[in-house]
Parts: sequence; structure tokens; C-alpha cells
Amino acid sequence: MTIRHKRQAYDGIVAVSPASVPYQRFSKEAAHWWIARALRQSITAAALMPGDIDGLTVSSFTLFPDSAVGLTQHLGLSPRWLDDIPMGGACGVAALRRAARAVQSGDANVVACVAGDTNHVDSFRRTLSSFSRFAQDASYPYGAGGPNACFALLTDHYMRQFGATREDFGSICVAQRQNALSNPHAVMKSPLTMDQYLSAREISDPIALFDCVMPVAGAEAFLVMHEEDAQSTGLPYAHIRSTIERHNAFPDDPIQMRGGWEMDVDELYAMAGLKPSDMDLVQTYDDYPVIVMMQLEDLGFCGKGEAPAFVRAHNLTIGGDFPHNTSGGQLSAGQPGAAGGFLGLVEAIRQVTGKAGPTQVPGARNALASGFGMINYDRGLCSGAIILSGSGDD
Amino acid sequence: MSDQTAAPSSTLSDLALSLASGAIQVVDLTHTLDPDFPVIVLPPEFGQCARFRIEEISAYDHRGPAWKWHNFTCGEHTGTHFDAPAHWISGRDLPNNSVDSIPVEQFVGPVCVIDCTEGAAADDDFELTPQVIIAWERQHGEIPAGSWVLMRTDWSARRGAAYLNMREDGPHSPGPTPDAIRLLVDERQIRGFGTETVGTDAGQGVHYTPPFPAHFYLHGAGRLGLQCLNNLSQLPPTGAILIATPLKIKQGTGSPLRVIALVQEER
Amino acid sequence: MTDPLTQPPKKNPQIRTRVPTRPSHFRSRAALGIAAAAAEGRFMLQVCADCGVVQYPPRDACCGCLSVELPWQDVSSTGRLIAETTVRTSTNTYFRERTPWRVGTVRLAIGPSVICHIHGDLAVDDEARIVSLLDKSGQGVLFAVPANATANMEDDPQMREMTCDPKFRRVLITDARNENTPALAKALADAQASMIFIGEAESWRPYPGQQAIHAMANIEVLPLDVTDTRSVAELCGEIGGKTDILINNARFVRPGGITGRDDVVFAREEMEVNYFGLLRLAQAFGPAMRGRGADGDNSAVAWVNMMSVHAWSNSPDYGLFSASSAAALSLSQNLRAELWGGGVRVLNVFTGPTEDEWHQPLPPPKVTPEAIARSMITGLRGGLEDVFVGDVAKDLIERWRVSPKILEREMIETMGTGS
Repeated sequence: MTIRHKRQAYDGIVAVSPASVPYQRFSKEAAHWWIARALRQSITAAALMPGDIDGLTVSSFTLFPDSAVGLTQHLGLSPRWLDDIPMGGACGVAALRRAARAVQSGDANVVACVAGDTNHVDSFRRTLSSFSRFAQDASYPYGAGGPNACFALLTDHYMRQFGATREDFGSICVAQRQNALSNPHAVMKSPLTMDQYLSAREISDPIALFDCVMPVAGAEAFLVMHEEDAQSTGLPYAHIRSTIERHNAFPDDPIQMRGGWEMDVDELYAMAGLKPSDMDLVQTYDDYPVIVMMQLEDLGFCGKGEAPAFVRAHNLTIGGDFPHNTSGGQLSAGQPGAAGGFLGLVEAIRQVTGKAGPTQVPGARNALASGFGMINYDRGLCSGAIILSGSGDD
Repeated sequence: MSDQTAAPSSTLSDLALSLASGAIQVVDLTHTLDPDFPVIVLPPEFGQCARFRIEEISAYDHRGPAWKWHNFTCGEHTGTHFDAPAHWISGRDLPNNSVDSIPVEQFVGPVCVIDCTEGAAADDDFELTPQVIIAWERQHGEIPAGSWVLMRTDWSARRGAAYLNMREDGPHSPGPTPDAIRLLVDERQIRGFGTETVGTDAGQGVHYTPPFPAHFYLHGAGRLGLQCLNNLSQLPPTGAILIATPLKIKQGTGSPLRVIALVQEER
Repeated sequence: MTDPLTQPPKKNPQIRTRVPTRPSHFRSRAALGIAAAAAEGRFMLQVCADCGVVQYPPRDACCGCLSVELPWQDVSSTGRLIAETTVRTSTNTYFRERTPWRVGTVRLAIGPSVICHIHGDLAVDDEARIVSLLDKSGQGVLFAVPANATANMEDDPQMREMTCDPKFRRVLITDARNENTPALAKALADAQASMIFIGEAESWRPYPGQQAIHAMANIEVLPLDVTDTRSVAELCGEIGGKTDILINNARFVRPGGITGRDDVVFAREEMEVNYFGLLRLAQAFGPAMRGRGADGDNSAVAWVNMMSVHAWSNSPDYGLFSASSAAALSLSQNLRAELWGGGVRVLNVFTGPTEDEWHQPLPPPKVTPEAIARSMITGLRGGLEDVFVGDVAKDLIERWRVSPKILEREMIETMGTGS
């Protein structure tokens, strides 16, 4: 028996006040410190006080032994709605989905969504070795290559299956680096050529250095509230046109070739009343170029296996015909732990409200932000996407 | 010399002076108790003689900072050792037949050493016979009653497998015949008999009647045995005093011990 | 094509010995089922008792129907390699020292996709066979090899890390007097062990095989008495640093249970050899071997105990010998824990009654020295922990695993029947 009901739209609910704390390669501070800075920045930009926040979502890998609960006392908040979202690269999409419904139903009026992580010298190694039960049992013992090795397997398979070349992946990285040069907070500050990409140090064949994100410390945040409250404060805001979310999609695929978006992509566009060609920019979750390609396919921009041809045929820079990861994405801006799952969404909010500054796509009104994450064993389990609309740079 | 008002000069005080001056030598007739020293081996179904084993308790270390000591284990018949009459079935019912009950004066006495080295060098199974004993007595006089009698073969120089000298039919080493031991025990009334091999009996002693006649007759008559002796070459044929004091083990049938002899130097 | 292993060069005495490191050893309880199977060289996975779905990675509830009835079963090991990668950098020191390291994804014929170590002769799209092995952390891992054996397959560097192959290694057999020693020595020589030391106790007391052993080529007989602490310490001082594999076959056995003997003399000897002998060897050779667990191609790699299967369940006609074997079995578990940090495997080779003088009146089946030797080699080449040799041993452990208490009754019923 398949149970199905019509999904409620997100009318009257908006995302405001995008905040990004500049990333740092290593930090002696705790995750709490980073999260607090993003929260303060976002709240202050909305001309609010911490006491005005009555809902909170938290996403972090390095908050242990605290979770969202501990953070309420630590930061002096008393929300009536609280959520911990451990979904890695999909946590931004998930946070916005949950916050929107809480505000819509009246369970909260102003929800702060924040993600932040610190990065100590041994943070990466520690995170890898205790990432998940299946990773501990069934992937980390095999070479301890971490996500790099797992995504290398996916990349190897994708290349054999669909004929993608390293140049195809490289073109994504090169374009994102070009975009990053307009982002003053990007950790990578020099251009990347295809030659440099191809001759980079091997990490886990066929993946090399520039296929991998650099772990950093950082934090991102935004607020969700009623449109009328945003208007009365004079805040620029982004409408939520549609969202999708899926976990552990296609478990019988022998190896990951697609994400959950493929299951729900029609609903994404139908709910928004838009088509892929209506998107003025796309922010994919770019932990590795192969996943970018899967998102381009699964989110309707081309058919399965056609992403290599697609990226050869399009210009993915800010000024090109398919603006993609306009702030440089994680591959150039760095991956601040769970905040990497907010990066694209926060940038998308800026873009559709005309506040992206040096990375602004002119006239951008509709943006698609996609999330992906949590390689629990051999594939990423979480996927999600959001279509946002704004009035642009009016 | 001695003070006239002190105790009159005695044999013991002369002994003390002689020991001090070296006129009387103390000879060690004992092998070192060592894990590698062979012990008698019986057919595998029977219980065996424990080897000598030693374990450190501490050695000036964390197990005991200022001292060193060991625990050791062995059998009553390991290494240079003493056999009491209780050791053999023929002596089982005699009074005072265990090491703790043998009158202590029996441990000290004159010793006769019968040199069988030539015969033993030529024949691993050399037998001490009445003829050999009589021939020795012709040279050195009749064996006095209450003597220790030792069969010298220089077997103590052997090392490793040559000591037990095991072949497919068992061990081969010198020892007395039944007649020889009966002569010593019944007619000469010896105190005890000792050898350089692992037993008072010959290696092939099982084949005599009775089997193991040295054990049978010695202990059946309440006499004593000594085995694995060393340095018999340093003893005169007669004239030395043998001291063999086993450990005072409750109802023990024997023990490893220090066997020494007092030997008067030739003037 | 796997390059054949060559005889390692003499060790450079000026250079510090590499300290053993190990892959991640953390596993959930369910995942330890892989190791339990690997310890015996079996490939086993959970198969749902309710719906038949094969589970991987190991888990607590069926991914098909949520049932928690997930018994472990021997399953088909065939599959196909569908993706591979060569790890070149790692946050784990063990792998960091051994890159490049190949891993891949194998799609099993029975369903799941498994991430596994892959053999150098296996390429994507090849048919593969999964072998369960224990890695240097002592935990179970899956290793994909070509479906058809290739030349020098065992010499693949990744494979050699997970096995205890005697090839080019130096071996100590502790008891020349044991009737199985000639067969053990021959099997090790055939397996290309580079040196075979044989410990001989009480050389002043001959034994039937003595001349034959001394006449063997490429062996060295050295004094060793496992009942003598100093003897063990002295031999270890001499060759402890060269002992890559230690085979402890020292054994004292006599028939009889409690009332079958009137004293503790033989029982003490059984404990002295079978238990304390192992303890002395472990105290002396254990630290030396553990320290050399990562010392090149001829690293210290395995400790083998020849043990009676009646360590698991007492055989009343050999009741006191069984008890000493039980003590030795427990001690071998302690030894396994203590050698853990060096990645040195403890392999117990369990037999029922052996074909020798002390089991002479028993009816067949009895285990020959040649059978023990073959199983030892199989165990070493597979990096196993438990090998059961012969019908009696295999049968006993199967019954023990079902119910030790039922087996105890069955063992009592054998008392006095000569079986």
C-alpha cells in the first residue's frame, strides 16, 4: 500500500540574514566558539537579540561531548524548538526544511540555523576513525584512506561506466577556482590551471589533490521567519519554492552512481512550478567532482552519464552560461566540517537577494542549492535540494 | 702448645690444627646441582626422578630489591645423592630406615676406595666381583667393619649422553655383582657403598638375580648408598674419613647432599 | 603478475627495528563475526533467518525485513571487482607506511557490495573470490583474489601482511623428542622456511628420532628444555631475535584420570611441560617476537601451539592430560592478547588422539604427524588462529559449539571404552 498526500507549499516563509565566518586552516578554538560567531553575525544582521531566537538547529562534527542541548545553556538561549541535524553536507537543506515547517506551524517564530566546526591538527584523523559504525567496521580498515578512498572508488567506477576523463572533472575544479578568486574569504587564493590539476599529487587513484576539499574551521548561519517579519525589519529575504530530501536511496545499486535526488527531482520542480532551465545558478555539494556530476544529472540538467559532455559544453564560472558554485564551492573555499553543508545554501540566499557582492551573478532570481553527505559505508546516504527565489539585486 | 690448665689435648683439637695447617685436606666428592646433570631414567610408565630445576624469586630487583634468592625443586635422588634403607623394598620394614631416623653417627666413617678405573675404561659394564675385592684386600688389608666402600671408575669425568650411556637395551655402566655386594654387606659388614655412576647398581643391574642386587642387599641390611660421586681420584685407597649427611627429610628415602672426605696428606 | 618474493637480505644491525603499527582495530560486536570466521579460514556472513537476505556490513537487524535473527553462515565467496583505487596517503600510520595500497569494491554473487583489500593480480571486471583474513590488528578483513589462483599469489605484498607464510622465515620447533618433529620440519622445509631451529632437551638421554633429526639438512639442533627456565632464557638470548615462527610441540602425556593414578607426579609433569613450558617460552620469546612484528619480509609472525582438542572438553581416560591442555589453551589466549600489539598471530593446532606410543591402544582414527604438519602449513599460510586436525577434533569442536554440556555427557560415556 503506497500512502501519498499532497505536500504543503512554503508560502510566507523566508530565509534571511546569511552569515559566514571566514574559514581558517587550523584553529585552537572549540566548535562552540565558531558557532557562536556565526549566530551572532546572523542575529545582529537581522537587528535582533539572542533572546529573540525561539528555535535553533545545530549541525557540527566537533561539538562533542555537547550536542544542540548543551549549546543552549552554553550560549544562553531558551528555545521552544530545537533540532540536532547530523547530516553532513545535506544539513543545510535539512535545517531549512525543518525550520520552515516549525515557523509555518507556529511552533517557533524565528529559527536560527547554524553549522560550525573547528579544525585541530588531529581533527581530521579523529573524525575519520570514528565516523560511523559501518565506516569503522567495513571501510576504514581497508587502507584508511577515508572519504578520499571511498569517493575514488565511485570516481573509478563512474569513469569506466560513462567514459568521464580527468579533464572533465578538472574543468569543474578549474571553474570553481576561478569563482573563488572573487570570494575574499576563500582559503584558496591562486588560480588553478588544467595542467596543475592533472599533475597534482595523487591521493587515492584516480583522485588527486585538487579533487579533494581542504578541511578548515568555519561556520555558517541563517535565520528562518515569516515573510511579514522580514519585511517589517526591512531584511532582504529568499522565498522557499520547493525542497526535497532522501536518505539511503537506491540501496541495491552495486556502487553509487546516483543520489536520492533522482527519486524526487520531479517533485522538486513541480512544487516550485519551475524547470531546470529556470535556474540562474546552481550550488551543488562539491566534496568531489564526481558527485557534482551526479547532481547535475540527477537534478535534471542532463541525462545519466551525460555530465562529462555537459561540463565540456558549458561555462561554469560566475559570468558563464551555467554559473555553478559561485563562491568557489568547498573545493576552493575549504570544507568547514558540517558548515560545508550550509555553504552553497547561504551563498544562494545572498545571490537571489542581490547581496553576493563580488560573486554576484547579475540578475539572479532563482537558485538551486543541493546537499549530499554522510558516506556511512560505501556511499553518501543523505541527499536534498532546495529551490530559492528572491527579488534579485533590485 | 696447649695450656696445662685447659682441656687436655684431644683428637678433635689435633684435627682442628691439622685442618688449619692443611695436614688434613677436605676433599669435595660432590657434583654441582645443575639442571643439565643427568638423572636416572626408568621405563616411561613408571614415575621418574625429578630433575634439578631452579627459579629466581628475586635478584636485587623489583621482585626484592636488596636480596637474591631462589626456589628449587628436585628429587631425593637427583645429582650426588644418598640412598636410605627405606628406598628399597627389602628395607621397607627395618627400624630407623629413613634419612631423618638413621642414627646420625652412621654418616661419618672410614672409607675404602677400590680402584676399578682400568677395568671400567675397557668395559662399560665392568663388574666389581669378589675376586676384585679380594685382590684389593691383598694389597691394602681386609676392609674393616663399618667402612664406607667406594667403587672408583673415573666415570665422573663423563659428560652428556656418555654418562647414562643409554643403548637400545638400556644403560651400560659399571657396578657390583650380587656375590660382591653380599660379600661386602654380610661378611665385611660395610656401612655403605658408593659409586660414580647414577646408581649403586650396574647400568644393566636389572638382569641380575635379584635385580639391582646392590640396592637389594645393602638396604635389606639397613646399609646406606651414595651415587654420582666425584673426585674419587683424590682419595687414598684407605685412611680417609667420609662424611655424608643427607637432608633430614621427614620419612625421606634419600637426598642430594654434600659428600666430603678428610684426607691426611702423606708425610 | 605477482613478483616472486626473494630471500630477504641480512638485517642491518645499525638500523633501528621498525616498531609494529596496526590498522584500525575498532569493530562493533556484530562485525567481529567476520574475525571469528577468518580465524578458521571461513568466509561467513549473516543471512536473515526470516527472509534470507545476506547482510553486509554486519549489523543488528535485517535490512530487508528488520528481523533480528541473523545467524552467521558459510556463504559463496565469488564476485566481480567493479571498482578499484590505490590509496597513496593515509591518516593511519600502518597504511601510511605501506602505501600504495589497493582496495576495491567487489559485487558478491550473493548480493552485497563489499569494500575489500585486493590482490595485485586482480583487475576491474575480473571474477574474484573473497578470502576472510585477519589483519595486523588481529581483526577480520575481506581480501579479494583472482577466482583462479595465479603464480606466486601468496607473495603479493598486501597478502603477505595478512598471512603467516613460512616462506623465507626462520622457525623454531621446541621439542625434538616429539614424534611429530621430523614431519613438521620437513613440511616447513618444503614450504621454503629459510632456517629451522629444533630445540632438544636432555641430550644425555637418547630418543628414537635423534639421529634422523640431526642428519636433516638446513636444520640446527639447539639445547632447549621447556621445563628449565634458564634453558629457555638462554636459547632466547641466542635466537629470540631470529625467531619468526615458533612451533611449540613440547608435550608430556600419560593416560589416566584422577583415580587412575595414585599421585600427582605425572600430573605435575604434564603441567610442567604443557602449561609451564608454554609459559616459560612465552615469557622469553613473546616480547622478542612482538617487537619484531613489522620487521620486513621475515618479520616475526606466528606462534603455533600443538594442542589436544580435549583442552575444550575433558577426555576422562586422559583426564589429567586434558586438564593440563585446558590450562595451556587458556594460557594461549593470554598469549594472543599479549602478542596482539605486535600483530603476531597465535595459532592453535588441535588434534584428537595422535598416532604415537601413548595412544597406541586406542582405536582409529588417530592423527599422524604428517596430517599435523599439513594442517600447520595450511594454518600458517592462511594466517589462521584455530585449526582442527582429523575427524575426532573436527567432530568435537562442532559438538562443543552446539552445547558444551551435552558434549561433556558424551565424553563421560566414552570413559573406559577405549575411544
